[in-house]
Amino acid sequence: MKYSSQAVAKLYFIAAIGLFVGQILFGLVMGLQYVWGDFLFPAIPFNVARMVHTNLLIVWLLFGFMGAAYYLVPEEAERELHSPFLARLLFWVFLVAGALTILGYLLVPYARLAELTMNDLLPTMGREFLEQPTITKIGIVIVALGFLYNIGMTILAGRKTVVNLVLLTGLVGLAVFFLFSFYVPDNLVLDKYFWWWVVHLWVEGVWELILGSILAFVLIKITGVDREVIEKWLYVIIAMTLITGIIGTGHHFYWIGTPEYWQWWGSVFSAMEPIPFFMMTVFAFNMVNRRRREHPNRAAMLWALGTAVMAFLGAGVWGFLHTLAPVNYYTHGTQVTAAHGHMAFYGAYVMIVLTVISYAMPIMRGQEASDRRSQVMEMWSFWLMTVSMVFITLFLTGAGVLQVWMQRYTDVPQSFMVVQQKIEIFYWLRELAGLVFLVGLVLYVISFFVKGGEPARAADTADTA
Amino acid sequence: MSEVFTKSMARNIYYGGSMFFFLLFLALTFDTMGEVPKRDNHEALTAQVALGKKVWEENDCIGCHTLLGEGAYFAPELGNVYKRFGNSTDAIVAFIKGRPANGIPGRRSMPQFNLSDEELEAVAAFLKYASEINSANWPPNIQG
Repeated sequence: MKYSSQAVAKLYFIAAIGLFVGQILFGLVMGLQYVWGDFLFPAIPFNVARMVHTNLLIVWLLFGFMGAAYYLVPEEAERELHSPFLARLLFWVFLVAGALTILGYLLVPYARLAELTMNDLLPTMGREFLEQPTITKIGIVIVALGFLYNIGMTILAGRKTVVNLVLLTGLVGLAVFFLFSFYVPDNLVLDKYFWWWVVHLWVEGVWELILGSILAFVLIKITGVDREVIEKWLYVIIAMTLITGIIGTGHHFYWIGTPEYWQWWGSVFSAMEPIPFFMMTVFAFNMVNRRRREHPNRAAMLWALGTAVMAFLGAGVWGFLHTLAPVNYYTHGTQVTAAHGHMAFYGAYVMIVLTVISYAMPIMRGQEASDRRSQVMEMWSFWLMTVSMVFITLFLTGAGVLQVWMQRYTDVPQSFMVVQQKIEIFYWLRELAGLVFLVGLVLYVISFFVKGGEPARAADTADTA
Repeated sequence: MSEVFTKSMARNIYYGGSMFFFLLFLALTFDTMGEVPKRDNHEALTAQVALGKKVWEENDCIGCHTLLGEGAYFAPELGNVYKRFGNSTDAIVAFIKGRPANGIPGRRSMPQFNLSDEELEAVAAFLKYASEINSANWPPNIQG
């Protein structure tokens, strides 16, 4: 670790992993509720479990992004973080606010939570992924502003690398587009239209800048490839991301009361959205093949390559599967969407956070890389989680295709609940795959505490490369 | 990538491309705002419908259902439930009101939200309003 203030990232990473475990446990509860309808009913109805599952995901990814920024921004800027104290303070504010919100979901009925948090003053609750009470949303904005100030001051005062500037652009975009979560018009069409300005412009827009810059940073570190080369790739990838992804928002405007020209704009541009993900895969493998050193952290390299591949499959391929308007007419809001959502979030955002944790955590704990046995266990967890996520996606896709076949693309459509029972086997298999995912996650957590094996060593092979 | 294609070229494509397409997106949004009133059934947007939307939100209905295809996939699509229930708000009210507090053994069941009569009528009016938005003929059939 070059600068002692980078160590604040450790807090953020630990919290991220802890919340990740919670997210998966609630995912398993929901998966079980799909086949065992009254499981935990009425104590934890499905909608509550889902809020906890998705909100924990968002919060732990934000912890991961912030941790990544606190770690890599000082190193790139070649100076200490502007205020490590502010970083630690905001950590506790965010963690307490997040924990209280989750407890609120679990302990009181949602309508009561709305009442307790005075949702009437500025109603923003009850929209998918943005279920947080208004007061929590305001808290998120304050934390984001403090965070951006801290990161921004560090970047402005130091060396301005492409990685830092792209990361900062992504983080500023994240904060700016979140502001649309406060706009909740009575008009359902406008509500939905601008809701996507948060959700789509996050995950298919500015978050990809964050993803790209973190990946570029880790690849610079573990491959030793010339920064100029990596930065050029980064520019091209994020250029394609925004060129395709901004108008690609149109693939959400097919059936919500918006003009029908969006079926063309959305189909054409979102059909190109896999391109930047494909480039990211080519980029990652290229850089690793051209590496100028053998970094002892094999696990981090595995995560980096895995991110590139899984983001392409989940966001790129599974997104393309149902993005063309004539296809989406039948698949919209089915399990096909759920399949895509799972692999895209895992492949792009979960894996990039685990990549930077894998790279940075050993360094913050005083080693260049973890001991061999620890890395072996971490790589086992990589394969268990990744392969089980592939199966979760395949089973949900199977469920979705059958759902479309029986409920939508037919002359004799059957009702939603009848179809759900007929595709039950896929939900059981998905739950089974989810349990394997949990085993992988437990191994992942344990891997931080495993020691021994040959000590990891750096072997500089620049001369043999 | 070859030396012909330099980093500054890549940077210019990034800045120029994203700026151009963001402005295009704003222009399309501006046009959309002009077109939406022809399709969004805003004539039906009464105070009761607005209250219904708030009831919909404050009970996190989107956590199980989809509405015009967006939401969770655990329970039926509600964008056309008014039509599926025989163009009847009374049927919607009766359904919500009749949910057993302790669920149905072994099956998925909607929670009992204990809504007041005013809230029940409002949420049904909101779903009627939603069903009359011009959604380009989606969903494909009455089952949603």
